[in-house]
Amino acid sequence: MNLFIEPFLTNSFLLRALIAGVLVSVSCGVVGTFIVLRGLAFIGDALAHGVLPGIAVAILLGIPGIVGAAVSAVVMIGGISLITNKSTLSSDTAIGLLFVGMLALGVVIVSRSTTFTGDLVRILFGEILGIDTQSVILQAVATLAIIATAVICARPFLLLCFSPEQAQVSGFSSRFYHNLMLALIAVAVIISFQTVGTMLVFGMLLAPAGAAALLARRMHAMMIYASIIGIVSVYSGLLVSYQFNIAAGSAIVLVATLIFFIVLLVKNLQSASLQKGALHND
Amino acid sequence: MTDPLTISAKALAIGYKDETVVGDINFELASGQSLALIGTNGSGKSTLLKTLVGLLPIIKGELKVLGDTPAQSAHRLAYLSQFHASSFILPLCAVDVVRMGRYAEHGLMGKLTGADEDLIHDSMERMGIARLVNQPLRALSGGQQQRVYISQALARHAQMLVLDEPTSGLDAGAREIYQQAVHDELARGASVVVATHDIQEALGCSLTLLLARKVIAIGRGAEVITPQSLLETFGITINLDQQPLGVTVVERDHCCDHPDKR
Repeated sequence: MNLFIEPFLTNSFLLRALIAGVLVSVSCGVVGTFIVLRGLAFIGDALAHGVLPGIAVAILLGIPGIVGAAVSAVVMIGGISLITNKSTLSSDTAIGLLFVGMLALGVVIVSRSTTFTGDLVRILFGEILGIDTQSVILQAVATLAIIATAVICARPFLLLCFSPEQAQVSGFSSRFYHNLMLALIAVAVIISFQTVGTMLVFGMLLAPAGAAALLARRMHAMMIYASIIGIVSVYSGLLVSYQFNIAAGSAIVLVATLIFFIVLLVKNLQSASLQKGALHND
Repeated sequence: MTDPLTISAKALAIGYKDETVVGDINFELASGQSLALIGTNGSGKSTLLKTLVGLLPIIKGELKVLGDTPAQSAHRLAYLSQFHASSFILPLCAVDVVRMGRYAEHGLMGKLTGADEDLIHDSMERMGIARLVNQPLRALSGGQQQRVYISQALARHAQMLVLDEPTSGLDAGAREIYQQAVHDELARGASVVVATHDIQEALGCSLTLLLARKVIAIGRGAEVITPQSLLETFGITINLDQQPLGVTVVERDHCCDHPDKR
């Protein structure tokens, strides 16, 4: 039993990491539900990677990375909206190039830093074990803001998932609520990059919500399942990382991805056996 | 004071951005009346419906819906768009989808009352899906899902219903149930505008508008549905003397790269 609890009680950095991870799981669980239901995975991915240049500039200037990430996210949302509205090409192509461009720009900027490799690894893969109390407080505030927004805007968000046209006809501006949704994704990305890094935050947005989509019958249940799956991933990832001395952020995302594929497999086996049963009954 | 005219269109041109899909549309629809739009894919049916509910701005001319501009009247009407079987099915129960029909009335935070719940369950009952209330949407067949979507439009209890091919995917029994529901809506004074491929349904409407990227004809179904007008609309000839009408419409798209289909 001690093996499962003691590491968190004896190491304050591990406990802070667990709290940060739980907060990330909840914000990613709520926001990830929107991403999965609205098919925004690609935009979410672009946002997650597009914050890199801002973080890089912030590191060079010696200001908190989170400020740079926020500025980058605003630029990315503006760019994505512009592309979606104006591009005659498929928006996937333009958004894909925007995010690769931002990623490259970020690496170029970081390469000017004296501790290039260390900074880059930290940004891309996070440093959950080195997270400070101030960051955890900020994460808690942001997570509460995400939950509050999701509760207040539950109706327009649900309508938007159902059909943006239906949202508009029901008196909720689909453009406004779509942008608000993107802003929530950005907030989740910004507060999560310190724990799992910009490369892996996408996994936390998608894997728990993806698994929850297969299990849930209602949208709020999907958010709760996604948060729980995220928390389980964080806890087991941290424990595995502590016991076997492997990278914590990657271990967490690996567990989350594994859970997704296990749920997918079980669900497929279930529906296959149901179909077989139905055929047999015929 | 409510305007007795549900829709009034004068020299109306509709389309996307600068591209006019149909121009010079003129008609009036009174409350309690129904209008059928007949035409092939890309003929302008969905474009007209989207313009009526304020999703597309008008390009030219004048359009009043429930006495106001379409965008300002949107919350007073029900809109059923076309759904595609391939699209991702949300983790929702049937009743959750129908309940969305009441959101327009109560906005962001307004509480749904017992009267709302009655409307929700009543509309599911009318579409013959009362027993599916707590079934997950993804466990329903395509036809059952379509009945859920129609129930959502009914639950809106709107002054005007705008329905885009509501009977697609419905079997004969469900079509009859749907026809009865439309009949009841008209009887309580609501107006219904419906895009359909079903000539029989059009003949039962107060007005029929034949579209082929232009107005081919508008008037009472029995008067405007002629072999000549159908030839112009669909590019086929039909013997209208045959009873009952066993019409199978062979689609001939008017425009292959129409925005509707992108």
